[in-house]
Amino acid sequence: MSTIEERVKKIIIEQLGVKEEEVKSEASFENDLGADSLDTVELVMALEEEFETEIPDEEAEKIRTVQAAIDYVTNHAND
Amino acid sequence: MTTTMQGQVALVTGASRGIGKAIAQQLTQQGVKVIGTATSDSGAAAISDYLGDMGEGRQLDVTDAESVATVLKAIDESYGQLDILVNNAGITKDNLLMRLKDDDWDAVLDTNLKSVYRLCKAVMRGMMKRRHGRIINISSVVGTTGNPGQTNYCAAKAGLAGFTKALAQEIAARGITVNCVAPGFIDTDMTKSLTDDQKEAIFANIPASRLGQPEEVAAAVVFLASPGAAYITGETIHVNGGLAMV
Ligand SMILES: NC(=O)c1ccc[n+]([C@@H]2O[C@H](COP(=O)([O-])OP(=O)(O)OC[C@H]3O[C@@H](n4cnc5c(N)ncnc54)[C@H](OP(=O)(O)O)[C@@H]3O)[C@@H](O)[C@H]2O)c1
Repeated sequence: MSTIEERVKKIIIEQLGVKEEEVKSEASFENDLGADSLDTVELVMALEEEFETEIPDEEAEKIRTVQAAIDYVTNHAND
Repeated sequence: MTTTMQGQVALVTGASRGIGKAIAQQLTQQGVKVIGTATSDSGAAAISDYLGDMGEGRQLDVTDAESVATVLKAIDESYGQLDILVNNAGITKDNLLMRLKDDDWDAVLDTNLKSVYRLCKAVMRGMMKRRHGRIINISSVVGTTGNPGQTNYCAAKAGLAGFTKALAQEIAARGITVNCVAPGFIDTDMTKSLTDDQKEAIFANIPASRLGQPEEVAAAVVFLASPGAAYITGETIHVNGGLAMV
């Protein structure tokens, strides 16, 4: 079983079509990984599905970096 | 690009009569499975009857978020996809502005405009994931031209055009198109209450000199839903016998 960090990064790579080495913790989806606002919405959708959770809009808006995504999932994962 | 609509799934609101019924019927002729809605259970049953094995009727109140969620959940469970959303349900509550009641303003805006926000938002996720979707909103010629006694209805229908253009831009890159079909005066229950004098005055302004038929509106909807219309988005197709050329 992969760690949460690995799973989150894998989704980011798939969703944004970026290279593994670009997905650094501090990388911002929009500023560093070339995502537009709709890409980030889709990324959150993909995270919701992977981790079988619902991310409220207020929280989703704060997930703008790789680390923020990992932190959110880590703090809310039940498994 | 596929060239057939066979096997696609469509939701048509307000399919119990008039324009919505014609749209539902023409979509099934293209092999599309249709979920058509009415506000009553008996209306839904009548839709199930005319759709036969090409779909089903469901009770839906477009002003009720819970009702919208219930219908979309049922579609997801039974069909697993939704390719086409036709926002057709609509009402009029006409009066001169000076006599217009708050309730009539609210009801028309909620049923004709906010409903479209509600339904589009609810189907977005599935369409984005599948990188495919067609949203067709039934607006009206009076949303462009205005019409005395219909400030509420004209505001809602004009609002629909703005909504359509904005959403079209948001999601064009995901293979989803959003368009309007704007009927002129069509022969349905909505225009039955017009007096002969009113009709005569209207005909004087319609180059085609007659009311349109629901099927003539449905044909434009089916075109926008078809694979051939993939590059048309944010547009309004007017179906009005020449009443307004915009
Ligand atoms: N007829 C025209 O000349 C004309 C012109 C321009 C635009 N339009 C537009 O075309 C669309 C269809 O018009 P039409 O003439 O076919 O109307 P219609 O014959 O009066 O039918 C209206 C449909 O909307 C449904 N509906 C009403 N309120 C609803 C609600 N709260 N939730 C869900 N469904 C609801 C009705 O269901 P029930 O049967 O259960 O009541 C019915 O199926 C409307 O958006 C209308 O504004 C019509």
